[in-house]
Amino acid sequence: MNALTLTLIRVAFLAVLWLFVIAAIGVIRTDLFGTAVAKVRQPKANQTPQQARPAKPAKPAKPGRGTPRVLVVTEGPLSGKTIDLTDQQITLGRANDATLVLTDDYASSRHARIFPQDGQWIVEDLGSTNGTYLERQKLTANRPMPVRIGAPIRIGKTVLELRR
Amino acid sequence: MIALAIGVVAFAFVNVALSLKDQGFGSLAIYVVIYAVISVIVHLVVRRWAPYADPLLVPLALLLNGLGLAMLYRLIQAGRNGNPGPTYTNHGVSHIGPIGTLTSSDMSKQFLFTLVGIACLTVFLIYVKEPRMMQRYTYLFGLIGVILFALPTVWPGSEVQGAKIQITIPGLGSIQPAEFGKLFLALSFAGYLVAKRDVLSLAGKRVLGIDLPRGRDLGPIMAMWVLTMLLLVFESDIGTSAVFMGLFVSMIYIATGRNSWLLIGVGMFLIGGISAALLIPHVGVRFSIWLNTFTPYNVDHNAYQLAQGLYGMGAGGVLGKGFGGGQPWWTPLVQSDFVITGFGEELGLVGVMAILLIYGLIVQRGLRTALMVKDPFSKLLAGGLSFMLALQVFVIVGGSTRLIPETGITTPFLAQGGASLIGSWIMIAILVRLSDTARRPAPKPIQDEGLTQVVSLK
Repeated sequence: MNALTLTLIRVAFLAVLWLFVIAAIGVIRTDLFGTAVAKVRQPKANQTPQQARPAKPAKPAKPGRGTPRVLVVTEGPLSGKTIDLTDQQITLGRANDATLVLTDDYASSRHARIFPQDGQWIVEDLGSTNGTYLERQKLTANRPMPVRIGAPIRIGKTVLELRR
Repeated sequence: MIALAIGVVAFAFVNVALSLKDQGFGSLAIYVVIYAVISVIVHLVVRRWAPYADPLLVPLALLLNGLGLAMLYRLIQAGRNGNPGPTYTNHGVSHIGPIGTLTSSDMSKQFLFTLVGIACLTVFLIYVKEPRMMQRYTYLFGLIGVILFALPTVWPGSEVQGAKIQITIPGLGSIQPAEFGKLFLALSFAGYLVAKRDVLSLAGKRVLGIDLPRGRDLGPIMAMWVLTMLLLVFESDIGTSAVFMGLFVSMIYIATGRNSWLLIGVGMFLIGGISAALLIPHVGVRFSIWLNTFTPYNVDHNAYQLAQGLYGMGAGGVLGKGFGGGQPWWTPLVQSDFVITGFGEELGLVGVMAILLIYGLIVQRGLRTALMVKDPFSKLLAGGLSFMLALQVFVIVGGSTRLIPETGITTPFLAQGGASLIGSWIMIAILVRLSDTARRPAPKPIQDEGLTQVVSLK
């Protein structure tokens, strides 16, 4: 083996090692941001405003300004945690199968749930021991209430709110 | 990723073979094939028993393991023509260099240990379906862990280079029980802290801006500290005790989120470490060679290993000498404790950065698992194990590169040595199981419609 070949192999090995690292980071990126979706080509609406208007109601999936997007824990042991709102209901409680597992001595195992209905998010107490409060008002069981954006929902020591 | 890992390792082996002259490809091909078979087995095991597990943990660990094997192969091959390597003196005793003591049976042993590690991973994944299962045995695990840590002190003839960390079983060779002990202790701490986190995080009063815990809650941390110090005194092993204390302090911090625990823990360890350096001669020597490596006496005696490691990395420079191109055998124990300086010499700064980054990625995956998993026991366990891996790499790499006093703990996956390799694989098994639980999609409710009731809201 002459020196040149060895040098080339040496550099190539380092390159392959780094290729592995970069591939690993690529996997992490997919994990964080999801697989790259082919971008849907936007209709060129900006150039012709007349065509833009009928195009708007065609995409109802996009949430409007008044729709909350995340549920944020503002106080309590889980403070700072956020949950993205989808069309699925969110269950709250100490049970391990809850969407948000509360580590709170004052929470019941199935405490409350928050679910979307007709474009609104509704909170319902599921017969908890210590109750769920929506803006100072205690929820009675089986009497769901719609939640405004920014209205605090209190469960034991945990306070949650919807945010845009 | 597995395929890429196999490719990188095969390349490493071939690179070694090409660099060292007169090399037959026969044994090389066997090693590469065995490695590939092992990798495929692990892949299938994980696919079968932990299908939602993190896709990166196993390939990353496999790559490190493979690089370690390649390094060992490289060292053995260098000594194959009866080249004994240099002799050196340490603590007044002259030793033969690593080349002279390594034979190809060490290579087979290391492959065997890898297989045992993989077997442990498989058994673990098959039998432990639910991580919370382990929470039941909190105190039993704690007891086993402490026994494993304490074993070398009472085992006859276990002192190796001033530190008592190995036990020698006749016919089987020597193992370091602490490698397994710390896994048991991590499990035990997680179970204990889940039960006690509220009292540890809430009770106490505020002094000088930090929340001090109540005196009686200091009990566990004091117990751990005493145990760590006993370890330091009886086994003279500052590295393991640092990892051990760090594991406990980090887990207590993850559980409670109180800075005061960090301050108390680190402060207590520093006090203990410094007094040990002053009182125990073996630990004191480690400190003095760290501070004064290149004094004419030290460089030929106690600090010989450290200095040779530094020279090696210096010779490697940025791009390294190439796998098989350097002379890593000048550093004593380059196959185990100082393996990172061997890589530094052969792969250079660029290669060592890649290796450290791979460790970092494993830690990142572990911490991500800790964030994703829901029940507090698994959270603590994943966080604690990841932190322990990070701390261990820091202590040994920092020690070999003279950032901190040098201590003899193993480099996970890279170093030659059975207990460390098997222990690291069990750790990966636990993380794989936890990440599988974390990423498993939630079971669908049987009757979706029945849960949503229609309400009228005017």
